[in-house]
Amino acid sequence: MTDLPVLYPPRPVVARTATSWPWLLAAALALLATAAWGQGGARQTTILEALLRWGPLIFGGFLFNVVTSVLSMALGTALGAPLGLMLIARRRLPRGVGWSLTQFFRNAPWLVLLFYVMFLLPFELHIGGVTIPLPDWAKAVLGLSLPVAANVAEIVRGGLQSIPEAQWSAAEGLAFGPFQTIRLVILPQALRRMLPPWMNLYAILTMATTLISIVGIQDGLTITRAAIAAEARPDLMLPLYLYLLLLFFAYCYPIALITQALERRLVVRG
Amino acid sequence: MPAFVVRFFTWLNDAYGLNFSVFTDAYDGQRFLLGLWTTIELSVVCIVFSVLLGMAGAWLIGGPSRLGRAVARVYVQAFRNTPPLVQLAFFYFAIGGLLPQIGDGAGGREPIVSGFGWAVISFSLLAGAFNVEIFRAGIEAVPGEMVEAAESLGYGRFQLYRYVLAPLALRICMPALTNNLVNLVKTTTLAYAIAVPELLYATSQIWSEVLNVREMMYVLLAVYIALVAVLVWLMERWERALRLPGFVA
Repeated sequence: MTDLPVLYPPRPVVARTATSWPWLLAAALALLATAAWGQGGARQTTILEALLRWGPLIFGGFLFNVVTSVLSMALGTALGAPLGLMLIARRRLPRGVGWSLTQFFRNAPWLVLLFYVMFLLPFELHIGGVTIPLPDWAKAVLGLSLPVAANVAEIVRGGLQSIPEAQWSAAEGLAFGPFQTIRLVILPQALRRMLPPWMNLYAILTMATTLISIVGIQDGLTITRAAIAAEARPDLMLPLYLYLLLLFFAYCYPIALITQALERRLVVRG
Repeated sequence: MPAFVVRFFTWLNDAYGLNFSVFTDAYDGQRFLLGLWTTIELSVVCIVFSVLLGMAGAWLIGGPSRLGRAVARVYVQAFRNTPPLVQLAFFYFAIGGLLPQIGDGAGGREPIVSGFGWAVISFSLLAGAFNVEIFRAGIEAVPGEMVEAAESLGYGRFQLYRYVLAPLALRICMPALTNNLVNLVKTTTLAYAIAVPELLYATSQIWSEVLNVREMMYVLLAVYIALVAVLVWLMERWERALRLPGFVA
């Protein structure tokens, strides 16, 4: 009975994640290199050539994904913040409307919402005498921003409600109106708590932007598939897809690490 | 389909031009139900595999083996930080393309793993990565005295997980698990991209033939909201059934 866990000397606590990020990248690169090399000696150079030839183009497509994600996040935050305020309204009507909208857009699949906006919005809008063209990319940004808005609303609600009730009462006692209370007392404290989940949402959105390739917009995934089709070589699929996965990983993983670090700082401060 | 439903939607089509062909046309209705069934099947299979993967990963991350911990951590980070759609394309096109094909018994050849199979593999691995993190967080939230008490009673590692950690951690992580499983059900729509005949794919076939995009889109949204609502309801019932008096998660 010498293998009881209580009899072991205490194990030193190893700090996690701090060192794992360059390590992970190295592992992924090694995987990519193995994939390229594993195709056999004679073809080794052609796979490298293909990566060099198509790499910049795919990177351009990936940048389009990033631009889409930034625009959708901006629009989604602009739509979601007032929705979040509606969720904590005192009166029933705005609260009910806000709740229904949030539940609907949070629980519908992103792809279905994207289809909805892409297919059912006209290609141009007539408001008064003005014609506003709605190109596909603008519709895609709008389609992606709808679920983002609903999630932002929940983050805003959670952040505002995490502030103790006494803060609201104190502000009221100092004769602050509801908007003054939010702007001057609650928001400065709540924003710090909203930041980590907001960044997490941004990473999820960035990965979801590849959905626009399904509705026919040229993004990183579309270009990767076009490159594979142009080369007509099935053995190129593995390295090219891995390259695209790696681009997204290199962008989203640091965001996840920063989010974790911010969360940990919050915990310490209580 | 009950006769009055058919009559109502036929009237709706005649009076307002709203063509809900899934309710009035038997063939469309059948295709839609088949799609719905495929989505439910895909969701249930992926839920089971992803929970198993999550448990295995949490076991490895809490374990003594350095290699096991590293493998589990790389798996989690790789799947959490890359786009699900590209993962699916990677599995279906890149890895599926490398696998040999087998005869289908009728002279043709078909891949070893079907599109449905790759969707199961891809979505299970994705949701499994999230489940690892959820279960790990749940295990960490179990009070340390519980672990010490179990160890002093002579529990081995497996017994500790089986009888002490798992039951408590499950109760702690139920809300996060529900959230992730809802996401999983929503993610099954991505199987559209590899032509798995799930709900979105079946519906898109109907609307491209009948040209009733608007009407089908509303049916689609309503059905997905209903599916998610059923899952949330089941999970909340389960959470209530698991509740231990006096144990505050």
